Amino acid sequence: MPLNILCCVKRVPMTGGRIVLQADAQAIETRHLGFTISPHEECGVEEAVRLIEQHGGSSTVLTLGPAEAEEQLRDCMALGIDRAILLLAQDEFDGQATAAAILEAIAAERAAGTEYDLIFFGNESADAGGYQVGIRVAHALGRPCATGLKSIALADGGLRCEQEVPGGRDVYQFALPAIVTVKEGLNLPRYPSVPGRMRAKRKPLETRTPVRPAAGVERVRLVVPEGQGTQAEILGHGPDAAPAVVEVLRQAGLV
Amino acid sequence: MAVLVLVEHVGGTADDVSRQALALARGYAEAAGQPLEAVLIGAGADQAAAGLGDLGVQTAHVAVHDGLSAYAPQAWGRTLADLVERLAPVALIAPGSERATEAMAHAAAIADLPLAANCIEAAPGDPATVTRLRWGGSLLEQARLHGAVKLFTVAPHMVEATAASAAVQTTVAEFTPALTDADLAVRVVERAQTDSGGGISLADAKVVVSGGRGTGSAEGFAPVEALAAALGGAVGCSRAVTIAGWRPHTDQVGQTGTKIAPEIYIPCGISGATQHMAGCKGAKRILAINTDPDAPIVANADYAVIGDLHEVLPAITAAIAKARGG
Repeated sequence: MPLNILCCVKRVPMTGGRIVLQADAQAIETRHLGFTISPHEECGVEEAVRLIEQHGGSSTVLTLGPAEAEEQLRDCMALGIDRAILLLAQDEFDGQATAAAILEAIAAERAAGTEYDLIFFGNESADAGGYQVGIRVAHALGRPCATGLKSIALADGGLRCEQEVPGGRDVYQFALPAIVTVKEGLNLPRYPSVPGRMRAKRKPLETRTPVRPAAGVERVRLVVPEGQGTQAEILGHGPDAAPAVVEVLRQAGLV
Repeated sequence: MAVLVLVEHVGGTADDVSRQALALARGYAEAAGQPLEAVLIGAGADQAAAGLGDLGVQTAHVAVHDGLSAYAPQAWGRTLADLVERLAPVALIAPGSERATEAMAHAAAIADLPLAANCIEAAPGDPATVTRLRWGGSLLEQARLHGAVKLFTVAPHMVEATAASAAVQTTVAEFTPALTDADLAVRVVERAQTDSGGGISLADAKVVVSGGRGTGSAEGFAPVEALAAALGGAVGCSRAVTIAGWRPHTDQVGQTGTKIAPEIYIPCGISGATQHMAGCKGAKRILAINTDPDAPIVANADYAVIGDLHEVLPAITAAIAKARGG
């Protein structure tokens, strides 16, 4: 059964070791940072590409973000996604507004004759961590939704999915069309090939500009938490530090 | 009008993260001048509901419905949204566990209300003000939370689970939510046990020794494994290691891996990106072993040894054996 899959991703900075804020405390200073997509979403993209390779069909990647997010969309297309939709937004949308913008794009796709059998989200974005966009989209479309998935398989015209829980894995089984949110560990994403990167440059990318409504979760300011960057006590250099380490372990009751 | 809290429970008693959520919610309810009420779902809910007096819960609403015997996320969300409609509380608060968060997102979608995830502070008002975690806790966001009912979750293990200053008598009230077939379309049909291999689980280990890019290879984990074994601890790794395919993702400590809370955490050859630190901030002590004294992990550790893990770890493992009279 050929599938039509949509993957929703978010452009986020690679923060490295220390987060530095802009002067107005509204955003992270990203001038010296590279960008990527949230780790969970990388696995969503990989899973979509694998499902299309196995079952045929086509795949679309969608993001809501600045014009520069084209870079992440091209990265996804380099891995095998067929086409991209960029919802232009300079400022971050909250969870409700993000879902609404995605739904508008899905409605436009439907009007143009494209229906998605399966829509992938990350369980939560790396930066905002709202845990809700996929579920809101599922409700608006009246489709089943399972979250935090670490295994997805097509079975009997539907999906058989697994979610990690303490001591085991919970299994869900439901019909398509559906929405899934996934977690890192679902698979090991591939690296893009050089021909993949070349092809990605020519793949179609559509742009839309959604209206940003008033935020329900309205950011006032960002704050770097206290207690970060307090320098460690240096116990020593090289193997000679071993006795000092054992002393620390002894104090912790481990030796 | 009340402040309503979703309480998760195991073995007939409220779990830790729910007690933490109740502690934050109690402060919120007092500031709002509203009673604290709870909602409980699933087997054992009656018993857990009756035990909430010490936590200041005046009324505990227990959902009773055949469809709620197996976990069904949308049914849980419908149950919450249904109760919100009946009670018109000023706020619906839940612990930031995976399930409670999922149920809250369903409730928020059904009621078309904003939802703020992983809050560590909250003050009532219209809008309410909250402080919430971003980047797995590496960054905080102060925000105004709008909506006729304020929906938010409480970040796990960030708020102390205090008891109420005075215990109250909890009234248990049963209710039957109006669930549809669609609400039950996604539900747990089977629990597959994972084989832990008899080892110590990363999330519960008292000692975790992790390796990063500095191990150099899958084989480079031998000294990490030896030290972990000497301390009766679990082996972890950084995201760079799982991406390289040296260790399985189940070993990954971090924002998108396992969150750990050991007595002592020993990251070896790990630079300490925010992704990693978000997974180990629950550790009581961090002892970093790294060649680079300027690495972020050193800035965020309690103790550090500057050196190559391949030389330092065998020396520590040998010194432990010697100290034990081996």
